[in-house]
Formats: sequence, structure tokens, C-alpha cells
Amino acid sequence: MTVTTQTVTVTVDGVTIEVPAGTLIIRVAEMLGTAIPRFCDHPLLEPVAACRMCLVEVEGQGKPVPSCAVTVADGMIIKTQHTSELAEKAQAGVMEFLLINHPLDCPVCDKGGECPLQNQAMTNGRGETRFDGVKRTFPKPINVSAQVLLDRERCVSCARCTRFADQIAGDPFIELLERGSKQQVGISEDQPFDSYFSGNTIQICPVGALTSAKYRFRSRPFDLVSTPTACEHCAAGCGLRTDIRRGTVMRRLAWDSPEVNEEWNCDKGRFAFPYIKENRLTTPLVRDEEGNLVPASWPEAIRVAAAGLQATGQATGVLTGGRLTNEDASAYGAFARGVLGTNDVDFRARSTSDEETAFLANHVAGKSLEVTYGDLETAQSVLLVNFEPEDESPIVFLRLRKAALSGKTKVFAIAPYMTAGLAKMKGTLIAASPSSEVKALLGAVENLSAQSIVLVGERAAQTPGLLSAVAELVATTGARLAWIPRRAGERGSLDAGLLPIGGRNTTDIINAVGQDISGLLIAGVGVEDVAANLIEAIESADFVVSLETRHSAVTERADVVLPVAAVTEKSGTFRNWEGRDRAFDTVAAVPGSISDAAVLEELAHEMGATLTVSDFWATATKPALVASGNDSVSPGAGQAILSSWRHLLDKGTLQEGEPFLAATSRVGVIRVSPATAATLNLIDGATATVTHEETAVSAPVIVTANMAEGVVWLPANTEGTALNLPSGTCVTVTSGGVA
Amino acid sequence: MTLTPVLTAHWDEADSYSIAGYMRHGGYSAFKKAFTSTPDDIINLVKDSGLRGRGGAGFPTGLKWSFVPQNDGKPHYLVINADESEPGACKDIPLMMANPHSLIEGIIISAYAMRANHAFIYIRGEVPQAFRRVNNAIREAYTAGYLGKNIMGSGFDLEVVLHAGAGAYICGEETALLDSLEGRRGQPRLKPPFPAVSGLYASPSCVNNVETIANIPSIVNNGVDWFRSFGTEKSPGFKLFAVSGHVNRPGIYEAPLGITMRELLEHAGGVRNGHSVKFWLPGGSSVPMLTPDLLDTPLTYEDIAAAGSMLGTGTPMIFDETTSVVRAVTGWLSFYKHESCGKCTPCREGTYWISDLLHRFEEGHGTESDLDKLVELCGQIAGRSFCALGDAAATPFPAALKYFRDEFVQATHTPANETYDPTAATVFAGVTR
Repeated sequence: MTVTTQTVTVTVDGVTIEVPAGTLIIRVAEMLGTAIPRFCDHPLLEPVAACRMCLVEVEGQGKPVPSCAVTVADGMIIKTQHTSELAEKAQAGVMEFLLINHPLDCPVCDKGGECPLQNQAMTNGRGETRFDGVKRTFPKPINVSAQVLLDRERCVSCARCTRFADQIAGDPFIELLERGSKQQVGISEDQPFDSYFSGNTIQICPVGALTSAKYRFRSRPFDLVSTPTACEHCAAGCGLRTDIRRGTVMRRLAWDSPEVNEEWNCDKGRFAFPYIKENRLTTPLVRDEEGNLVPASWPEAIRVAAAGLQATGQATGVLTGGRLTNEDASAYGAFARGVLGTNDVDFRARSTSDEETAFLANHVAGKSLEVTYGDLETAQSVLLVNFEPEDESPIVFLRLRKAALSGKTKVFAIAPYMTAGLAKMKGTLIAASPSSEVKALLGAVENLSAQSIVLVGERAAQTPGLLSAVAELVATTGARLAWIPRRAGERGSLDAGLLPIGGRNTTDIINAVGQDISGLLIAGVGVEDVAANLIEAIESADFVVSLETRHSAVTERADVVLPVAAVTEKSGTFRNWEGRDRAFDTVAAVPGSISDAAVLEELAHEMGATLTVSDFWATATKPALVASGNDSVSPGAGQAILSSWRHLLDKGTLQEGEPFLAATSRVGVIRVSPATAATLNLIDGATATVTHEETAVSAPVIVTANMAEGVVWLPANTEGTALNLPSGTCVTVTSGGVA
Repeated sequence: MTLTPVLTAHWDEADSYSIAGYMRHGGYSAFKKAFTSTPDDIINLVKDSGLRGRGGAGFPTGLKWSFVPQNDGKPHYLVINADESEPGACKDIPLMMANPHSLIEGIIISAYAMRANHAFIYIRGEVPQAFRRVNNAIREAYTAGYLGKNIMGSGFDLEVVLHAGAGAYICGEETALLDSLEGRRGQPRLKPPFPAVSGLYASPSCVNNVETIANIPSIVNNGVDWFRSFGTEKSPGFKLFAVSGHVNRPGIYEAPLGITMRELLEHAGGVRNGHSVKFWLPGGSSVPMLTPDLLDTPLTYEDIAAAGSMLGTGTPMIFDETTSVVRAVTGWLSFYKHESCGKCTPCREGTYWISDLLHRFEEGHGTESDLDKLVELCGQIAGRSFCALGDAAATPFPAALKYFRDEFVQATHTPANETYDPTAATVFAGVTR
């Protein structure tokens, strides 16, 4: 089927061009390389025609027209500032007006040097001001959130930020207030700009009115060295630009990547970078005879590590975590299988199952771009299975919201309650507790067709039988399937073969330490992410090698610690959930900082072997997908089934060192349905405590109307509610705080 | 030319505002007659009558109605712009005080014509008396069965809602009014889509002025020929001329369009005794001022335009020789600066700057180069702003400078209050106690 687009012929500055009907004049000019100055115009936001900077002359129209808001008509003759005195004067007039109340603080303004107002004042303004009155001033700055600061006197009222918050993020917490020359952006007194995407408003602000607490007064644009990069925080695969000054990252911006993140990113991707410099391992560490971990030279550390791994050999388990690039993942695969000779290798630093192993091997591994961001916009319906996009893959959330608002795509979610994110996607909740998810999934079949997409989150592995049911569902409906993990390295690791085909999964490897596993090779695994007995396993193992960027509970207990390069210090590739490779370059090379792959190559060499990277999945035998037995949990009196996931901003180690970002994270709460609240004697707003074995956490209760029964939900790894247990666990819920 | 009281015919009766007073003179007969015609016939009738919008722009009313797509399955809304806030305009509020039922009957007919089952009256909130009176009139009409479900067994339903504005001039702009009515901050909307296609609640809507709609019953009752027997070919009908300023009997004079300002002045008892006209504005502060030599211009849309101004709201303001034109223009610009909604740059910043410069003249320390600057700045607003408020703000100064440049030059060294004693221009001038 070919799509025919109606075209019209228009003339811009004497050049005739054929363009699709409905194109805005300003876009047509861009096609011809003519830049019409603008402030409020943004290609991804609805036109507002407020700033009046882009006025052009259209033959036959008495008044100049705003080119950002008027679409072309056949035969239209357009004259920009280059050929029309009317347009040139109109633009110069608007520029003069914009500047009368704008402070001349460019030398201390963050935007100075990369400011559309500054630039266009030079191209379309007059050299000297004719205004000699008193400029409008405001007390400055005000916090619209902990991270976003507003200098109102710099604002040109373009409404880009307010339109972004309303139209793109769906978080309309900032709005234009007051009128006339007192007009200003503001927030409601007790409601800050609570959005995971707030940083985008800073980036699209065409003046220095919005700045971040993180970057404010830290650097000048012309001192920065910029590198296109890919975000390491989740599996979305955002294209970013990382700016450094003298080797230190100053800021990160969303980069134009129409197929993936368009021009947006989330606040975690934008602001969570100080961790790179925090708590870094700088030299190799080796445990000495007294049992102390002491600095060692690279040759010595490699020698000790190689000797130890040679000894544990096939009895070594390899746990790699989610931070690996494709290149590093391939190296771990080759090292585990080719050098150590073990299949006990698993990238999943979280709760997992053999059912998931088979699911990933059969339905995800090796498939690339079968479902893309673009497909989400054309799908008839999208079913989310144990996947909360706003928290777990925010760019997927933005794209789904865009799709839903366009009216083409209907979103359904199997989830314990109607989340704010789901509401913003105009989604329909299929309420389910972890014990009824499989049943709910089978019931969702009526919403699916061959034009549907099923998005499965990594949490689906926590419910026995769910992934098998998903596989069956897509087979019967013809819907397409995509798996969206949380971490940036997971998809690449899967494709590189870091899955225990013929071996044991993360949980089983940890449990086998002290039995037939004596050595561990660990990279990028946080102990809070996996079973609590990991620390025990490390301590009881004969030999543990840790490849890590920063000090952690694992490095403290390892026998040899080999420091590896952080994401800014190396080039590499992250494969995002679509299976799309997102390559990035070295941002700031640090002498002596080498990648995991390079360290593994050294180790292999020391062990008398070579790393041979091969296409693992070409020869692998995929295990058959069998539903795990569902040993159904039945909560007793005073108990409920836990459902939990992480907020986007949590206590994650990669968010360390950024207090302004942390201050915008969401607080821990305990959610129950009204009926469940009544059964458990919980009162809305009052504190309750959730207990499992020795662990107890307390938080305020939110009685949630649209919620599955018998479930208690709380965010994982959040201050106050870091129970960090898999969903489906039976927990005790009591009113009141921890005794 | 004589006065032609139609809307004002019975304002001197004590109960002119009540339903009984209205019905004593044939009120609420027109809508029953209208119900015997088809809605399209009513639209054509209004089109043929040549009635033009009385809110200021003078757009043909029937044509505006015909833009509302019919039989599209969507709800339609009739919105009455009763947010009369133009400096100098005082006609809709007296009309609503003295004869609110003519508006309500007009609403019934107009809503029937454009197939709207909901009508909203957006009334200026600062006039609680008018609010109460219209509210009461609506209640009376409901009680009489002229509003509500299945009006008089016709099968036509109409609900009327009265909504008080919160005191913003911009909400008289029809799309800002719609935003305000929807509960948002009143700022004009981007057009297209026009309200006729996507107006209130994104549905086809028509926004009409109070006086325009109040004219409808008389047109239905008396016909096109009767209506066209008043006024001119291009400006048919009669008009509420609210004459204010330095006249002996300021007030509302209902006369055919085409009456001259001089004739109107005679009806209003002439200029204050012992004084003469210095300048006058045909319809509110947003139209260019005219000089006494143009007092014989017929007050029609076309003749006033030819004379270099606009009929606007048709509410002439007369200023005698005691008036400082500098002070008058500065006052208007203070108003526009205060009322600019802030959405677009030229109006938001331009009114700020112009107002600032004019205040210098008022205080006697403008410069002659500021005068050229002011003309340029007005030119930078006119035709470049988002809505007509900017155009209006750019209007008073250039016209004033054209006729009274000397006065502005004098204001480069002498404060306006020294040249023109401000008390001399007041109603209490010359009164001693």
C-alpha cells in the first residue's frame, strides 16, 4: 500500500517548491535553508504564535502572518525577511520589544553563548537599544522544583515550557500566570513541577529563564567540549549530548534522535551523572595475606586473578549485571564459555527464572527492530504486562502517550492499580494481583489483534507462568511482542549470550556457591538487586574477582578487584529494547582506565587463552518454554500479596551525588484498595507497616480506588519503603509505624 | 434625523425590565413566530436584513451564523458577549438593566436558528446589578416556559446560563471569552479553527454582542423591509448611540444609522454650555479620534471609515477644549497596558513602553524624538499583535498626534496638568462650595 500525500506548490523568496499540504510556512522555509527567526515555535509542540518573531509577508494578505502557525496553500507567495521589507521590519520590531525588558546579564547567564535570543538579536535586531526606561524586574530566582530554577525577568513568555509540560509530559504543573507585562511562568503554591521530564523545559527554553540547580553558574557554553553519547540509565537508548569541561562532565542534553527519543529525555538521563566521579576505584585491589584488600599494580592483579580463576575454572559462576556494553558483554560471553569453560553465566541481576531464560532465548534474543518506537504510534492497541513505562522506560512512556493522544493507539495495562502514568496515556487498567496476572492476561485477549503490540517488562519473570502465557497469547492473536528490561546493558547482554543456556541462572549460581561452584566473576551487580544471600555466597566462595567502576558491597568482599572504565571513558554500544544499537564515543579519556573487554582480554592472555567472540545464538540450543509451576500463595489473616517496582528516581547507585535530582524523586507510600484497607484495618493517610520475615518498612497509606484486591503496593528501593522483594511475596501489613 | 426608539421604546416605564413590562408591548411574540419558520429561514432573514454586529467590528450577523456547520451531529453553542468593557462604551449594560427580555427573546430565536440547545451569557462581573437583573429575567423566562425543555411544545430545547467574568478587558475578545468561559485563563486562541467550527468546548459556536441579539425579535416581528427602512444600504437598522463626555445630556439615543454626530449632539443637549468640541471618538477608545469639522459625517460603518475612523461600538465620546489630549491618550494607554493579556510580544511589551513614554509627556518631559519613536512603536504593534487588543492600543496616539502635535511638543517642557487644569474638564468644574 502506498500512501499518497497531497502536495501544494508555493514560492518562498522567489524559489518555488512542492511540499505536502498542511506544512507550516516556517518548515517550508527550513526545507529551503531559510531560517526564519523564532522563539515560541517548536516542531514537536502545537503552534501558539505568541512571540510574533517569525512574521513573514504573504502576498495578498494585508498584515504579516506568523509563519509558525500558518500552513501553506497552493500558489502561496511567501516573502521572508530576506526579500520583504515588511517582514524584516516586523521582525526587527518584535525583537526590539523582546529586548526592552530583558536583562543585559548575558555575561553571567547560563544561556549566554548558546542563546536563541542572543543569536537572533544579533541577526535580526538593532545594535543599540532605543529603550531608556526602567526594566521590569522580579525577585530571582524561584524554584519551580528542586532542580528547575526560574529567572522570571529573562522569560519571553514563549510558553514552550508550559506547552511541553502539558502536551508532551502530561505534567501541567507549570503555567503562565498574571497578565500583560506581569505575565510569568509559575506553579501552584503547594505543588512543585513534579515531572520526570522537567529538564527538557530547560533545554527548550529559548532564553536563560529556566536553569538547573545542577548546572547553574557552572560553565560557559564555549568552554564545553561536546560528544554525542547514548544514555546508560535504561533500555530506552536515548541519544544524548555530553558536555565536559577539563575532563569533568558538566551537563547532559537530550539529542535529536527522531526514531528513539525524538528531542526529549528523562531527568535521570539528564542529571544523574555525578556518580561517575563518586566513590571510584582507581587502582586494582588484591587481598593480601592478612586478608586486607590493598592496592596492587595491574600486572600483579591480573596475575592473581588469572591464577585464581584458573583454579576455579569450570566451577566459576559469572554474574554480569546490567551496565555492560555490547562489546563488553561479548567479551564476558567468550571469557565464560571459551576460557573458563562454564555455562553458569547470567546477566540478570534481579529475580529471574528458568521460564524467563527459555522465554528470552525463544522470543527475544537476536531479534532486532521487530517492534520499534514508531510502531507504538501505529499499533491499534498496546498491552503492557508487568511494565510501568513512566517509571521503567520513560521514553516508551512519552511515545505511548503521544500515540494514545493522537487517538490511534489504545493502551491496556495488567497492573495492580491505575497509575498516574497509565492515566496520562489514557490507558485502561486490567487490575490484577501477582497471583491473578496470568488469568488477567488470558482475559486481555479481546483487546488484541494482529495490529497490537504486547510490551513485557522484566518483572514478568516474578510471576510463574506469566511469560509462557504471554508467548501463547501472541501466538494466538498475532500481536507482536517486545521485552523491555530496565537496564541499558540487558538487551545487548542477552544477544551476546550471557544467558545460562546449559547452565544455571543467577539465583541457582548463588545457591550453588560452596557446593559445585567455588569461584565467582562479578561485574556490575548491586547486592540490593539480587537475593540477599549474595553477600554470603561471596564470602563463602573460594575466589571472587570483581570488575567494577566504583566501590561496592561486592568489591569490598572480592579477592581481586579490577577497576574498569566508566561509560564516559570508553566508546561502545548499548542495544536498546528495540534491538537498536546505540553507539557512543569516548567523552573524556582517562589514562589507565580500560574497558571490561580489555581487562578480560588481559586475563585470558594471562591464562594462556585468547578471547574468541562468536555468534552465540547461531549454535545455541534453545530450551523449550515451559510454564513454571504456580505454587499459589494464599495470604493469611493480616497479610497481603506484595506488588512492587522501582520509581524512576530511587536509591539507585547511579543517582548518587545529585541531591537536586534526588529531591525531585517520589516518596514511598503504601497502596491498598478500599476493601483491602478495611480488611487490614488501614486508614488513608495514616502510617502502616509492611513486614516480611526480619524486614519491616513503614509509609503513609494511600487507599487507591481502582486497585486489585488483596494486594499491597509499595515502591522498591525508595527511601523508607526499600523492602526490595519480588512481587508475589506474601507480606504482613499492620497499621501504625515500625514498633 | 429623529430618534427611533425600538429597544428603548419603553425604558421610561417603571417595570420595563420585567417580563410583564416586556409582554405588555408584544414581547415574546417574535420567537413564537420564528418557531413557525425553519431555522434556515431565520438565518436567511437575518442575512437579508443586513444586520451588522454591534460589538465593534460590524461583521454581518447572518453571515456569521451561516458559518456554523448545520446538521453535523455536534452540539452547538450560542454565546452572548455581555462583557462590555470598552472605555466609553455604555450601551449593553443599560440595555440589560432596562430591557433584558429583548436579549433573552433574541437568544431564543438565534439559538433556534443555529440549532443550539445551550446559550451562555458572559457578563461583565463588575456590574452585579446587571448580573442580578439578567439572572432574574432568565428565571422569569424559565417560569413562563420560554426556556427549558420543549419550549411551548415546539420540540426545541434551550438552556441559558449566565456567567460572570472576572474583570479582564481581553475577555471581550471572542476566543479569549470562550477560554474564560471554559474555566481557563482568558487569552485569545489561535485561528483557525474559528469558533463557528471549533469554539466553546471545541464545538461549533457563535459569539454575538448583546445589542445585536436584542435586535433580532424586532426584525422577526417586523420584517426585513421595515428594518432596512432605517439606516443605509451598507449599514441598515438603528443603533443605541451612547453619547458621553462634555455634553449637557449624556445618555443613550436610539437612532437610525446615518444620523450625524451633530444631530446626535443636538439630541444630547449640545456641548457643555460655553464650550466647544475639541475632538470626538465615534465608538470607544479603540477607534481613532476625529475633529469638529467631521461632526457632519453620517454615523455609518462606511462613512466613518471613509473619514478615517471606525464606528466601533457606536458610543461617541465628546471632548471639549478643556481636555488635554496628552492626558486622555496617556490614560487610554495605561488602560491598554493594564489590560494586555501578555500572550504576544508586541502588545505585552509595546503597551509597556508606549505607556511609559506617554507618562513622560504627561509630566512635561518628553522629547520631540520620542514622538517619532512613539509613532514607530505603534506601527510595530498594529497588524503584528495576536488579536485586536494590540491594534486598539496602537490606535489613539497616532490619531492624536496627527491633529494635536503642538500639544505634544508643548508637553516636552510643560506638564499637561499645567497646560490644562484637570478640574476644568470635570463635571464639577466651576462648582464652588
